[in-house]
Amino acid sequence: MLQVSQVDVVIDSKPILESVSLEVANSEIVAVLGPSGSGKSTLLRAIAGLVEVATGDIEWDGRSITDVPPHKRGFGLMFQGYALFPHMTVEENVGFGLKMSGHTDVGREVESALAAVGLEGFGPRQVASLSGGEQQRVALARTLAPEPSLVMLDEPLGALDRNLRQRLVTETRQALEDREVTAIVVTHDRDEAVAMSDRLALMRSGTIVQTGHLDELLADPVDEWVAEFIG
Amino acid sequence: MSKFRWGWVAVALPPVLFIGYFFAYPLTRILTLGLSELSIGSSGLEARLFRVGWFTLWQAIVSTILTILAAAPLTWAVSSYDFRGRRLAMALATVPFVLPTVVVGSAFVALGWTESIGAILAAHVFFNVAVVVRTVSTLWARIDPRIQDAARVLGASEWEVFKRITLPLLRPAMAAAASIVFLFTFTSFGVVLILGGFRYATLEVEIYRQAVTLFDLPLAATLAIVQLLGVSGALYWYSRYQERTAVSWTLERGTNLRRPRGRARLGVLVATVGTLVALAVPLSVLISRSFTGAFYQSLFRDDPVVGTPIDSIWNSLLFAVVAMVVATVIGVLAATVITRRHGTLSRWFDLTLMLPLGTSAVTIGFGFILALDWPVDIRASIWLVPVAHALVAVPFVVRSTVPTLRSVPPETREAAAVLGASPFRVWRAIDLPIVSRAVLVGSAFSFVISLGEFGATSFVARPTSATIPTMIFRLLSRPGETSFGMAMALSVVLALLTAGVVMTIDRARFGELGSF
Repeated sequence: MLQVSQVDVVIDSKPILESVSLEVANSEIVAVLGPSGSGKSTLLRAIAGLVEVATGDIEWDGRSITDVPPHKRGFGLMFQGYALFPHMTVEENVGFGLKMSGHTDVGREVESALAAVGLEGFGPRQVASLSGGEQQRVALARTLAPEPSLVMLDEPLGALDRNLRQRLVTETRQALEDREVTAIVVTHDRDEAVAMSDRLALMRSGTIVQTGHLDELLADPVDEWVAEFIG
Repeated sequence: MSKFRWGWVAVALPPVLFIGYFFAYPLTRILTLGLSELSIGSSGLEARLFRVGWFTLWQAIVSTILTILAAAPLTWAVSSYDFRGRRLAMALATVPFVLPTVVVGSAFVALGWTESIGAILAAHVFFNVAVVVRTVSTLWARIDPRIQDAARVLGASEWEVFKRITLPLLRPAMAAAASIVFLFTFTSFGVVLILGGFRYATLEVEIYRQAVTLFDLPLAATLAIVQLLGVSGALYWYSRYQERTAVSWTLERGTNLRRPRGRARLGVLVATVGTLVALAVPLSVLISRSFTGAFYQSLFRDDPVVGTPIDSIWNSLLFAVVAMVVATVIGVLAATVITRRHGTLSRWFDLTLMLPLGTSAVTIGFGFILALDWPVDIRASIWLVPVAHALVAVPFVVRSTVPTLRSVPPETREAAAVLGASPFRVWRAIDLPIVSRAVLVGSAFSFVISLGEFGATSFVARPTSATIPTMIFRLLSRPGETSFGMAMALSVVLALLTAGVVMTIDRARFGELGSF
């Protein structure tokens, strides 16, 4: 279980996250929903260990991980824009995390990770030659392949066109459910958030203003902004 | 042929004649002489060729490796962190690169390092550190940080991130920097001539010795061919390597510098201050040695052997002005042809004009004394000095002008033409105002190149028309504390003149101090 307690993040003397608290139960998928610049990506980066937490604590299964470096947390983060390694092939990208964690049969695991996202036979291809949708799947396969304990997806479908997004929402959700992983999905799209998650966390100006199921938020919004944003 | 086409011939003719007579023809003469009178197997020629060729190659490889290693700390600091004085540190690290090679040689003589391979390698590193820092940091600072973060989250430690992500992504920039440093050190002349003494000679130095001191022109021509082959080989390898490793990825538009904290702060401080202090030592010693006697006053005294040293300053300034005018006129005409005409001919024109850049200055100078006795013997003319300088500088004018000319939308010219402007009026009213700044930068570069040029000048300068670099070399070649001190003083004067012009260029380019 992930427990984020009263976390503040300050970057270049500017407060980006202020007293953020969030709980994600095992095998639960939480969507962090909010407008651009509300601090959603920074929250994921703090959980991943990529930005320093000024105050507060982050715990995983009851143990504080605030001071654990990112490469030792065992989490997965799919970046906005995917951040694929441009000098590596598809299989080298997907196998990177497996190699780092000392897996022995990397080749076979890469194949099965690619098969799971419908990219059989794409292994030797250069990532630059892939379409947007294919790049998204490679990034997802790369994130899921090392079987991380927590999966974080930052605007996983943000760069794609509408038709493709609708299809991939279902596929991505399915991939997460199949593995029964704990996951956080960051998005600014309400429909996408609802379709991909079990629970929503609404974020505004660096703080989480309300969490709950869609019905709860609709029935009892904490303020006017939540009511308007959730529609 | 229409009047329109004749106009283009008139524009293209001066650069074609200039490059044809002063570059292509002498080069052909070198090739003919080198190949026809080449007698492999006689009088230990092969052994000598091998010895000089091998030394040239290995010192260039070792210099390149050492330069990359020496530049690594500062490159890391300026590519990863935003700290106070970052831009100043980059500018200061560039100072050695803009100094004439003779000044660099003098600075290491001032340190007491002569006739040693260590001095040659150290001077090469000193001169070229900026090439690596600037070329590699430009790319490094723009790598999308999310790519490195993705590796961290996937379990890579900081060392693994550097080894598996950053370093492979930097390879194209490192190959570019290494190729430039290799070419500079492979064709190194001034530094090796001054610091190598009689023991160490690169192909350049050996061409000079054979042609000027021993008058063995066929052997000099053979060495020049070996030199051309080496340079062409390096350029060919580089272009093949670029094709093989070309990786496309989206670079960040801005840079991704962060503020250094904790241990990184100390690392940045040590890397920056350490590099700058190391680079400052030779120049500081040069300046202090120039003030250990009345050497600046001595520059005004007439000497029966070398003449009045101060006259070399006026010679250099005069030649620099002439070279600048010639290079600018030829370069701008050539750039106009390259950008306004399309097709194979224009591409070949572009490539041919770049050739002097890939040919060593010594080969150009040697070609002059070998070939320019036809149709009339002009080898004794003092004006060959600025012509040689202009030949070296033309590619710089072309390269600084072509991109700006290409940026002029063709419709602008067409609009002017439709409104009744003749091709010349179009050029004067549209092209000239737009490219004037770029042309000025190219001209100023020509001026700096002329001030510091030593390789070609050492062949064509007469005793009565010595430039500052040739005068420094003459003074250094003479025994005695006064000559040595005068060489130091004249080196400081040349360094100040060069720095003054480079700073002016820097301002004109809004802070972009020379790109490679």
